[in-house]
Amino acid sequence: MSSDVIISANNLTKIFGDFRAVDGISFEVHPGEIFGFLGANGAGKTTAMRMLCGLSMPSSGSATVAGFDVYKEPEKIKRSIGYMSQKFSLYEDLTIRENIRFYAGIYGKSDAFIKEKTAALLEQLHLRSEANKLVRSLPLGWKQKLAFSVAIFHEPRIVFLDEPTGGVDPVTRREFWNMIYAAAGAGITVFVTTHYMDEAEYCSRVSIMVDGKIEALDTPAGLKQSLNAASMDEVFLKLARKAVRSGD
Amino acid sequence: MKQFISFVKKEFHHILRDKRTLFILLGMPVVQILIFGFALTNEVKNSKIAVLDPSRDLSSISLTGQLDASRYFDIQEELHSYKDIGQAFREGKIKLAVVFPQNFERDLLHFNKAQVQLIADASDPNVATTLTNYATAVIMDFQNRITRNRKLPYTIDTEIRMLYNPQLKGAYTFVPGVMALVLMLVCTMMTAITVVREKENGTMEVMLVSPVKPLKIVMAKAVPYLLLSMVNIASILLLSVFVLDVPLRGSLALLAFGSILFTLTCLALGLLISSATSSQQTAMFISLIGLFLPTMMLSGFMFPIENMPLPLQVVSNLVPAKWYYRIAGAVMIKGLGFGAIWKEVLILSGMMVFLLVLSIKKFKIRLA
Repeated sequence: MSSDVIISANNLTKIFGDFRAVDGISFEVHPGEIFGFLGANGAGKTTAMRMLCGLSMPSSGSATVAGFDVYKEPEKIKRSIGYMSQKFSLYEDLTIRENIRFYAGIYGKSDAFIKEKTAALLEQLHLRSEANKLVRSLPLGWKQKLAFSVAIFHEPRIVFLDEPTGGVDPVTRREFWNMIYAAAGAGITVFVTTHYMDEAEYCSRVSIMVDGKIEALDTPAGLKQSLNAASMDEVFLKLARKAVRSGD
Repeated sequence: MKQFISFVKKEFHHILRDKRTLFILLGMPVVQILIFGFALTNEVKNSKIAVLDPSRDLSSISLTGQLDASRYFDIQEELHSYKDIGQAFREGKIKLAVVFPQNFERDLLHFNKAQVQLIADASDPNVATTLTNYATAVIMDFQNRITRNRKLPYTIDTEIRMLYNPQLKGAYTFVPGVMALVLMLVCTMMTAITVVREKENGTMEVMLVSPVKPLKIVMAKAVPYLLLSMVNIASILLLSVFVLDVPLRGSLALLAFGSILFTLTCLALGLLISSATSSQQTAMFISLIGLFLPTMMLSGFMFPIENMPLPLQVVSNLVPAKWYYRIAGAVMIKGLGFGAIWKEVLILSGMMVFLLVLSIKKFKIRLA
């Protein structure tokens, strides 16, 4: 593995029965990139991402994440990544502070580290006065920002975001993306699935999956140029129209 | 270890913050014991009966007096004709009618043989059987007394001792039964629900992406419910001993050991259910119908297993509660030691290990 590749997939495939959910995808992600992983519902994005996170074993092909093999070293991968699922994943019946503590705790962080970083995080999110309130009482947008902060709290090298902005208003989405930029600026590689095309514009590079295969992979500008499209929306429609599978 | 403690702490937060569920979990055993102890009793006391006595002689009056004096019966009315009997039953005033013949004493003294008819309301067969048995016993007692003065060629006196439960209290059987039910409910259902809830909320996925071992997640879920079950067992035992006068004859340590064994079996079952389901409702339904009912029906607590058809008897062996019920009954009521229950302990241990291994394996597969 060369030093400027942090995730690499080679012919990665996942078969459920006789259904090829992910059909031989290959790509590389560079450190510090915001890598957009696009596709219609049912295109295989989430399955591909789950294989990279160690939640699902590939059927064939190879992949390394943070330099570790997905077959042989899933435990090492788990230590190097953060994850935020499309279901919003904090405990509603715990307070903000308890959620942070718990998730930091399962990554085995020291008390001193947790204490210092929690204070900084609460300050940054303007949540200091709410720290001891139950997460249930927060508005959705705040929950999502908090969930993202928790996902990168243990300072992983890569963070995987699975449709992180579903159901959130445009203003909050914009703020959320500012947080993603900040994380990338701090050196964390961001791997994000989405089906909001305006979000695709924010990514360093974008791959578009159709029917389990990667149909295109380039910078947003590159994609628009090669497909002669005015916007990412148009790029996506041109590619996705070929899809045989329908969503869900 | 620190990781594990923060996990357990989180589970306790979940349990303690959900006040309503906590209240149910801790209150349910108390309510069940009190209901079974004071309201639902199959003992027969002061049942209302009627007497039709056309002979009205010394013997019949004396026997009637004995019936009335027994604590099982309460003579509601003296009937005057045979027709009244049907009427009294129809009105639901009585459960049993005692009918004397025209010349009770004369028959008894001159022919050495007299008949008394017992008519019972068998719409509830168990009560009817119990009442006629009690009445027959009172009549036999009466007969023994009048024959004592005479010489009979042969007499067999039966002398009955009711071992372990001389007063035939129902509480002796249901206390171990309620313990089995409560443990089943708290451990199996709550474990299943709490794991499935994490699946529903997506938090399980986040934990699986983390370096935590699945076994640790599972164990951290089990610890609080194990403790909660111990609290429940303690409250049931305190209530039984001090309110219902049920003795705790055997070793408390042995009973606690059996309870922990059963609790672990239930936890493993709950885990198994949780890996097979993906919604809290389904988990609850499976726990209730798949486990709660068999525990009630087939553990021997409500209905004697010996009286069941053979297939059901075979099936009952698969119900873990049956074995725990036997252990608890033997230790609490009979005061027996380990020597008497080693077979049950062995079977329950086998079930526990099997279920635990299976559920952890399934848990891992689903998450892998």
